[in-house]
Amino acid sequence: MNRLVWIALASTAALMMGYAQQGPDLKGLVNKEGGLPVIAVPDLLGAGSAQSFTVVFNQTLWDDLAGSGVLKMAPKTLYPKGVPQQPADFRQPPPTAVAARSRQGELVAAPNGGGFWMKDWSNPPASANYLAFGYAAEQNGVLMLFGNLFDLSRDTPANAQMIGKRYLATTDDQKGARQMAHQFAADILALFGAKSLVGTHIYYVHQAGFKTPKEIWVMDPDGQNQHYVTRFNSLSIEPSVSPDGTKIAFTSYAKGSPAIFVFSVDPVRDLRFYNQVASMNGQPSFTPDGKQIVYSSSAGRCCRIFIAGVDGRGFRPITSVGSLDAEPKVNPKTGGSIVFSTGRSGPEQIYMMNMDGADIERLTDGTGEASNPSWHPSGQLIAYAWTRGYAQGNFNIFTMDVVSRQYLQLTHDQGRNENPSWAPDGVHLAFMSNRTGRSQIWSMLATGTAQQQLTRDGLNYSPAWGM
Amino acid sequence: MFSKRQITLITLALSLAIFAGGCKKKVQAPPPPPPPVVTPPAPPPPPPAPSVTQFGADPSSIVRGQSSLLSWTVSGNVTSVSIDKGIGAVQNTGSRRVSPEDSTTYTLTTTGPGGNSTASATVNVSAPPPPPPPPPPPPPAKTLTDWVAELQDGYFDYDKSDIRADAQAALTQDAAALKTVIADFPSAVLTIEGHCDERGSAEYNQLLGDKRASAAKDFLVQLGVPADKLKTISYGKERPQCTEQDESCWQKNRRVHFSTGQ
Repeated sequence: MNRLVWIALASTAALMMGYAQQGPDLKGLVNKEGGLPVIAVPDLLGAGSAQSFTVVFNQTLWDDLAGSGVLKMAPKTLYPKGVPQQPADFRQPPPTAVAARSRQGELVAAPNGGGFWMKDWSNPPASANYLAFGYAAEQNGVLMLFGNLFDLSRDTPANAQMIGKRYLATTDDQKGARQMAHQFAADILALFGAKSLVGTHIYYVHQAGFKTPKEIWVMDPDGQNQHYVTRFNSLSIEPSVSPDGTKIAFTSYAKGSPAIFVFSVDPVRDLRFYNQVASMNGQPSFTPDGKQIVYSSSAGRCCRIFIAGVDGRGFRPITSVGSLDAEPKVNPKTGGSIVFSTGRSGPEQIYMMNMDGADIERLTDGTGEASNPSWHPSGQLIAYAWTRGYAQGNFNIFTMDVVSRQYLQLTHDQGRNENPSWAPDGVHLAFMSNRTGRSQIWSMLATGTAQQQLTRDGLNYSPAWGM
Repeated sequence: MFSKRQITLITLALSLAIFAGGCKKKVQAPPPPPPPVVTPPAPPPPPPAPSVTQFGADPSSIVRGQSSLLSWTVSGNVTSVSIDKGIGAVQNTGSRRVSPEDSTTYTLTTTGPGGNSTASATVNVSAPPPPPPPPPPPPPAKTLTDWVAELQDGYFDYDKSDIRADAQAALTQDAAALKTVIADFPSAVLTIEGHCDERGSAEYNQLLGDKRASAAKDFLVQLGVPADKLKTISYGKERPQCTEQDESCWQKNRRVHFSTGQ
């Protein structure tokens, strides 16, 4: 079994490397150990009033790069004392500056530029391949960042510059600095094949405390800008996002029985989904063209997968009466298959079928309980929650190749971990974990690393990461 | 003060004075006898004053609001009979029902050529006793909420929606009660809520709760409860009764529960 897991890990890594290989001119630049390129990101300084924005800026830039999965961060403690702020700060070392041995044969410190030679950053201890640097200033009420990225393998500073760009933001609050840092990070990550998550949204269920209403909320991928979408003062749960990010669908008890709602998000507006008569219509998600909704309904007898127009009209069942079919998700790449969870064969498991309900096959092996399937954008992998190897209710996040059914466990021994949702970049996942004692939203890389807590207030559930 | 000699002198003087007076009276002549008088015939005796033979109140004590009967008989030569306190002139013999607010003494006065005669009768009035405590009100009509609160929950095994033996017993009693409720509240529609313990996924439990509620409904309908009076709703694991992570709490949450609404 370990072998299978390692194969799956390798295939996930290969998938992620695939993005790196799409980078424009970075082939072969991956460092020799076969690991990720190493980047040094010294704290940027701010001139004058821009100083008050540098803490947020530096933290945001660091988090975006560190959580990207395509770069390795050189630890700040290993950086030289001097930090260049603009390309002109770099000096070329004299051609004779090479390590020399003293008469006694001891290695003496190699001459260095105190941080102003490129090799000060590429040599040990920093050992970076890339250097991001710059400075911030305020001019006429506009916050400006001069951001640079150097490829330290090049011979001269003139040849090393990959990014030299000015970013502008308002000085009204820290949001501008954060937005600027996201843009700079996105430009850097684009060179390494990573899709930027800037502008994507995580919808989720927020609850102020136990036994209080649940509402649909939304936040940025780094946990910033958390705010409400619904204010039904009821139980509103199970959000999902349309492929273009303009709509969300969710389940709410606002009108009595659990029913599906479809909202536009900007502006927030109820688009009036027609619910067929049933004690429960819920767990909606969009088809890849955004024109239809698949959902679970107790109509007739609990519970079947249905498909309907995005307005709820023209509904028809896909699965047959008497099953216990939940959480349908249409393959985002092919639009030709549905993964869902079901209790039709006993404890809940993940199944896959065609859009017409034919060719039903079980993906999980029947052990434990498996739930919450979520498609990877490639349509080749799913993420899901599974109790395999743990007691009832102790879910962990897994990924699985739906063809080979090889799977990989991403979380281990840290509370309940459920509701994984792939980010649009296909590299990150949001999920819910109660490891801190309360349910909160977390993000991580598809390898299970770089786990970050995104929410801290109240209780938060069921992330759905979309555009 | 006086000495002994002085007292003797005074006593002597006084004695002399008394002696002198006494000697003078003894010498006056006696008066003549009165002349004889002619006595006129004795006038007829005056007629006797009328008398009140009887005046009383029966009963003499009443509770405010009740009445007493005054009755009287007057005899003799009577010209008028009256009773005070607003009653006025009455016959020689009679009775009158009175209902004074407070204790009252009635005075009957009868007048005749021979004079007046009076008699009194008192009616004692006491405050009425506090009203008796009202009879215990009839037990208030049971509200729909009362009825529904008495319905028993039915419990389930983990990940199951079969009606267990203990749930069958509970729901069978519920069915009898439900028939009464539906008769008493013809417009009521009751809700069967399906609940689950926390272990499965929230999404799966939403379905499982629905299945439990409809299994309970089917069971009740088999026992004759009208299907259109029962609706079902699943709360999955959204509304647990308890949150301890042990089987005793989990069992409490794997249930169907009745409510009047949603």
